[in-house]
Amino acid sequence: MRPHDILLPIASGLCCKPGGFHIDPVRPVERAVITHGHSDHARPGHGAVLATQQTLDMMRLRYGENFAGSTQAIGYGETLRLGDTTVTFHPAGHVLGSAQVAVACGGIRIVASGDYKDAPDPTCTPFEIVPCDVFITEATFGLPVFRHPDAAGEVRKLLDSVALFPERAHLVGAYSLGKAQRVIALIRQAGYDAPIYLHGAMEKITAYYAERGVPLGELRPVKGVKKADLAGTITLAPPSATSDLWTRRFPDPLTAFASGWMRVRARARQRGVELPLVISDHADWDGLTATIAATGAGEVWVTHGQEDALVHWCQTKGLAAQPLDLVGYGDEDEDVGMPAAESEAAEA
Amino acid sequence: MNRFAALLDRLAYEPGRNAKLRLLVAYFREIEDPDRGYALAALTGALSFRHAKPALIRALIAERTDPVLFGLSYDYVGDLSETVALMWPAPTRAHANSPPPCGEGACPGLDPGSGVGVHNGSPSSGRPHPNPLPQAGEGARPASGETIASELSAEVSPGHNNPPPPTLTEIVTTLHSLGKAELPAQLTRWLDELDETGRWALLKLVTGALRIGVSARLAKTAAAALGDKDPHDVELIWPGLAPPYLELFAWLEGRGPQPVNRDPAPFRPVMLAHAVEDGDFAAMNPADYIAEWKWDGIRVQAVSGVNEHGDTAVRLYSRSGEDITMSFPDLLPSLRLPGAIDGELLVLREGRVQSFNVLQQRLNRKSVTPKLTRDYPIHLRAYDLLGDGDEDLRTLPFAERRARLETFIARLDDPRIDLSPTVAFDDWDGLRAARRDPASAGAGLDADAVEGVMLKRRDAPYLPGRPKGQWWKWKHDPHIIDAVLMYAQRGHGKRSSYYSDYTFGVWTAADGGDQLVPVGKAYFGFTDEELLQIDRFVRRNTTEKFGPVRHVVHEPDQGLVLEVAFEGLQRSPRHKSGVAMRFPRISRLRWDKPPRDADRLETLERMLKAEAPGPEKAAAGGH
Repeated sequence: MRPHDILLPIASGLCCKPGGFHIDPVRPVERAVITHGHSDHARPGHGAVLATQQTLDMMRLRYGENFAGSTQAIGYGETLRLGDTTVTFHPAGHVLGSAQVAVACGGIRIVASGDYKDAPDPTCTPFEIVPCDVFITEATFGLPVFRHPDAAGEVRKLLDSVALFPERAHLVGAYSLGKAQRVIALIRQAGYDAPIYLHGAMEKITAYYAERGVPLGELRPVKGVKKADLAGTITLAPPSATSDLWTRRFPDPLTAFASGWMRVRARARQRGVELPLVISDHADWDGLTATIAATGAGEVWVTHGQEDALVHWCQTKGLAAQPLDLVGYGDEDEDVGMPAAESEAAEA
Repeated sequence: MNRFAALLDRLAYEPGRNAKLRLLVAYFREIEDPDRGYALAALTGALSFRHAKPALIRALIAERTDPVLFGLSYDYVGDLSETVALMWPAPTRAHANSPPPCGEGACPGLDPGSGVGVHNGSPSSGRPHPNPLPQAGEGARPASGETIASELSAEVSPGHNNPPPPTLTEIVTTLHSLGKAELPAQLTRWLDELDETGRWALLKLVTGALRIGVSARLAKTAAAALGDKDPHDVELIWPGLAPPYLELFAWLEGRGPQPVNRDPAPFRPVMLAHAVEDGDFAAMNPADYIAEWKWDGIRVQAVSGVNEHGDTAVRLYSRSGEDITMSFPDLLPSLRLPGAIDGELLVLREGRVQSFNVLQQRLNRKSVTPKLTRDYPIHLRAYDLLGDGDEDLRTLPFAERRARLETFIARLDDPRIDLSPTVAFDDWDGLRAARRDPASAGAGLDADAVEGVMLKRRDAPYLPGRPKGQWWKWKHDPHIIDAVLMYAQRGHGKRSSYYSDYTFGVWTAADGGDQLVPVGKAYFGFTDEELLQIDRFVRRNTTEKFGPVRHVVHEPDQGLVLEVAFEGLQRSPRHKSGVAMRFPRISRLRWDKPPRDADRLETLERMLKAEAPGPEKAAAGGH
């Protein structure tokens, strides 16, 4: 048996024939194994869904009770037999509940890591190296220019700016699921204890994080707050909202954006960001290469992102590597998965 | 250096002047001497050392990275210094027998044995290339990178026995004395020691291109604000100061006396005029004023003085006090008499003033070649005298200064320096007529270079800044066209949620009938209320989006006509329309006008011919 007999990329996603399931399918399938709750990976309409409890909860929050025919929760470290395969979930460190899926069959182990990061994150279980024969890795930041600094230092920049410009409102663009809560947790860790304001689009998911015991301090909806009262405050909002009509409710807003893309100046300038914060929920180049090495995999499949550079790197290290042409996965920071109307609609 | 880098990083993204000032003042307050002094020097362009060439930086990175990875990265980032700053590999350890990077339990969330075991225990798994180059991003994270990375190059865990990053002072003073041959090794050491932002700032500094949108003037204003001083006072003593400005900061912080400017040719803060409005004339008596032409050149202060050794020092200052002496060496020999002239820099050919477009060829040049000074001969047209020898004339009334100026220029008797003539007039209507037709009112063939008239009170002393009721400028009416809004772009800072930058076009004949061709871009001139109206129009009439740019509907019957005012036109091969406007702004919104009735490119072509018939040909043809 070869690795491609176990997992094969097809139009609907990564298909496991011997196990009778798909991983993160982009079209409705009978049985779906889902790595994490971001909308490009967790879609509604599947027959049966296997995922962590948190991922299932997030899907329910977003799509409603009937997002799938049936669901089954699985914990980190738990193994399940599916068809001729065994499937084990391991923490991916990307967002709350995110998992790598290890599929073993006929003596071969393949790890589909989904989105992952090996940097510390107070809002989720740390990433775990899973030894394997084939490692499927994302490549969102798969260029050596992407090296994410210590996130606490980036949050320090934000708090320094709040101290220097107490009459301005600081708007932090951050993806609603994961990044926003991580930024809030980091702000709290840095000792800032004033209320933090939230854009309407992230209230529900943030409340869910708080329920799960992630310490986020006092949070308030920004809706209905008087303009003058927002001076000197911090508000978290989806990235697209920070450059829209919605910002006119703030006094002299200063726009920050928490994203790995902020490492590249042209990207930050293009968005009109005044305070780029290089905080990413994806592994950076050093993280990707170190992780690939540590899994001991002799073969690497590279999906969504900058596949070319990472494939090249693997090859120079004597690893068999190939890009996996999966479509339908984007980086959430790029607003791809976000309906254009979301921010304007959230105004109401 | 990391603190200076953080400042540059923040300044580079900050669009607002006041916010930039705040960042600078906070930096000067927090950072100690001499680092902050060298920072001020870097921001004011007062540092001099041998700059590194891009080729050197390219060579340094090529030695350290895989060419394919560098190529992909450079393509993506688009800027050499930034690419190098970001992908510069973590320094390699000097000794091969150092303890393993993961030796102190620094592997959170990871069983150190797990990855290693599988890899080493599986003979069939891929082995790293036997003799690879050390590469960028060779697993800087000690935790999981060990298996492959440690075989290639042991690395340093952050903050572990690394040398401290260099200070700005260390970098500046070292660069100052460094020989050319030593530069690559020194630069490498620093790049190893700094983080991404530090490397970016270092590379900007050593290549001599900060380009972060902070003028020397703004940096000095920030220094002044540190001690609640008037920026003029800093400007006045500036020529006598040198990095790292210990005396200056001591004075600003109240720890020392005000430094004395021992410069024999100091700058004097300039006096500026208000724009006169029609309603102002009722309260003004024509007999109280002297009128002159307002020349379309560069305001300049030409100062000549003798130092304690008896040597003559000559300097040219811009109106903000920047020393621009080196840009106009051809004028310096003419400034033989000690004194301070306030006047206009112009290019004269055969006694005729050339247009501003021609003068522009002399501005912002790195090197002034003999060809440049020959083809664009510089001239000073004097209109005020602030100092005569050692005597300060600024407290005298303007009429007296004018008389002293006339004597001074006559004594100087130099073809490169002449007197700006006064314009005779009896009443405001008479002056209005002269302004409308400078050629018949004495400006003669130079009338094209006149952009209006200046009115100066006879009894006005020379006061710094823009004092009320002393000097007035009465400019020509601007050119006006009706153009169609084509694209709108979001602004910056406070305007980041508004579509406030507008590209507009006029009609021109094309193969498939008339079409609009962009002729300019404007982002001011409108009121706040008008901005809201345009913003609403843009949002409702967007046909396409490209990042922050919106394509706005512009059809013959559908679209928004903008009345655009501008000061002048010049030919421009860089614009599709072939013309470029000077100082364009939105003067009115023409909701009443259908786009089909907007102006045509031919109108601009005609204006262009009327504007500058001679000089354009001369400039284009060369000599």
